[in-house]
Amino acid sequence: MRISFVLLGSLLILFVAWPLARTVTATGPAALWRTLLDEEVRASILLTFYASLLATIIAFVCGVPLAYLLARVDFPGKRLVEGIIDLPIVVPHSAAGIALLMVFGRRTLLGQAFGLFGLRFVSALPGIVIAMLFVSLSFLVNAAREGFEAVDPRLEKVARTLGASPWRAFWRVSFPLAWRSILSGMILMWARGISEFGAVVILAYHPMVAPVLLYERFESFGLSYARPIATLLILTCLATFTALRLIAGRKRR
Amino acid sequence: MRGGGVEIKGLWVELEEFRLCDINLDIAAGEYFIVLGPTGAGKTVLLETIAGLHRPRRGRILLAGEDITHAPPERRGIGFVYQDYALFPHLSVAGNMAFGLRLRGMGRGEIERRVAAIGRLLGIEHLLHRMPETLSGGEAQRVALARALVVEPRLLLLDEPLSALDPETREALQRELGRVHRELGTTTIHVTHDFEEAVALGDKIAVLKEDRLDGAKREGRIVQVGRPEEIFRRPANEFVARFVGVRNIFRGEAHPAEEGYKLISIEGLEIAAVTGLEGPVHVSVRPEDIVLSRGPLRSSARNAFQGRVVGISDRGTVVYVSVRVPPDFVCMITRRSLEEMGLREGVEVHIAFKASAVHVF
Repeated sequence: MRISFVLLGSLLILFVAWPLARTVTATGPAALWRTLLDEEVRASILLTFYASLLATIIAFVCGVPLAYLLARVDFPGKRLVEGIIDLPIVVPHSAAGIALLMVFGRRTLLGQAFGLFGLRFVSALPGIVIAMLFVSLSFLVNAAREGFEAVDPRLEKVARTLGASPWRAFWRVSFPLAWRSILSGMILMWARGISEFGAVVILAYHPMVAPVLLYERFESFGLSYARPIATLLILTCLATFTALRLIAGRKRR
Repeated sequence: MRGGGVEIKGLWVELEEFRLCDINLDIAAGEYFIVLGPTGAGKTVLLETIAGLHRPRRGRILLAGEDITHAPPERRGIGFVYQDYALFPHLSVAGNMAFGLRLRGMGRGEIERRVAAIGRLLGIEHLLHRMPETLSGGEAQRVALARALVVEPRLLLLDEPLSALDPETREALQRELGRVHRELGTTTIHVTHDFEEAVALGDKIAVLKEDRLDGAKREGRIVQVGRPEEIFRRPANEFVARFVGVRNIFRGEAHPAEEGYKLISIEGLEIAAVTGLEGPVHVSVRPEDIVLSRGPLRSSARNAFQGRVVGISDRGTVVYVSVRVPPDFVCMITRRSLEEMGLREGVEVHIAFKASAVHVF
């Protein structure tokens, strides 16, 4: 039985690894170097990383408290809140983009309100950030919630009896103990944000994030022009992802 | 003496699946107070309410005369030790112990001095740099105790502190709890389901009874408060009698004797026992382990005494016979042997039990 399971499982691994490897190996170092020198490509990769980082930070500030509440408190409508958090995973991302446009678009109430502060969403960095935030916040909130759930509530209780206010008990006990889960949630969210295409392309075709740029090159110039960019994207994402996983892993005692 | 007295007046706690009804306790400063009851959530709820982790529906809690009913836990000055230690896994032993001191903004030197002092008191100086996951159960519980004591609480709450330990460690730590309490004099409330633990440590015992209400809800109330002897000599009701059981429990002094035995003197009587303990001890002998006869017995039992029947309590098929040596021993025999021996009050009898049947704690 085990052998057939191994065979079936290997098919799936191969399905993921082969195309990625094929793309990477099909691109020569010279083509890769030329792509790296392309100003537009570099700018779009940096923009992608930066926008996704902003989205992750926003999700961290609001999502960690939410995750803590979900892990610790039973309140009416908790199931509904959990469902809403998971919703972005099941909604088609282009539909998510349309939905965001309905609220943050130029002529909407919110869009105009933010406009007063000079904040524009459509075809601008903030639009990219909210699109990434929308489609990837579930990863952070769920990971953080699991992290807090794994912390014995009695540790907080003991901290209270030792003189800690609820805030201090959170920062000195619950947060450090859940940090590994939160961090891996942040990495996952960040990576998910970088790869987002559907929602971003509807809110902001320009400035171009890397996946949009890739799509545009493919549409205008064909596969051979798109491939080096794809390779570069895959390699940078792989490298950053591995590095962050290593950093997070080293913290484990 | 740095502990404060505790007064609990008409305390009601209502949780989803459990409630505490009308708890009234009066605990003197420096007292070692035991809350005894069958395993269940009730005793932990009581301790957590005293610590401020549950809000009571009614009633008042006074500590050293001060009403703390509505004070947050961090302002109560109450130490808490859980059954399974609840050490902070991300902090070293020293970090765990320093936790409360750091919150008080104490200087590094002062923290180190206090951690070292309490570490010495509990014999854990050599563990200070270790992480909690590398500790044995006994070590972890000592650290939890040290962490609670280092901030000099006015009251120490112990929630089944010995239940998670193996018997040998439990015995050692039980003695340690007694010693630490004598040295520091911190008022202590210790919750347990173990009667011998209660007798060995408690100045006073409160028995908590849990009842199942309709539905899944349970409720707990205090059914008897008294000194240990009062609880097992004069149980207030059927529940206490049943929970405590019929026992021969004595206080005595253990001395070494020949062949690895110990002699324990109890009210002038010398009992042979097998134990590693010496000095002041408690002794228990189960009523079914004592052999009763009219004439002198010829057996290998090390302990054979003569006495007089002072009481007979009929429980159906078995009968409990009290024999005054003194002290009084309760023996269990069948109704049939009672009739065969023709026992009644005032009759001279012989009792015997093996040294190995004597439990010393």
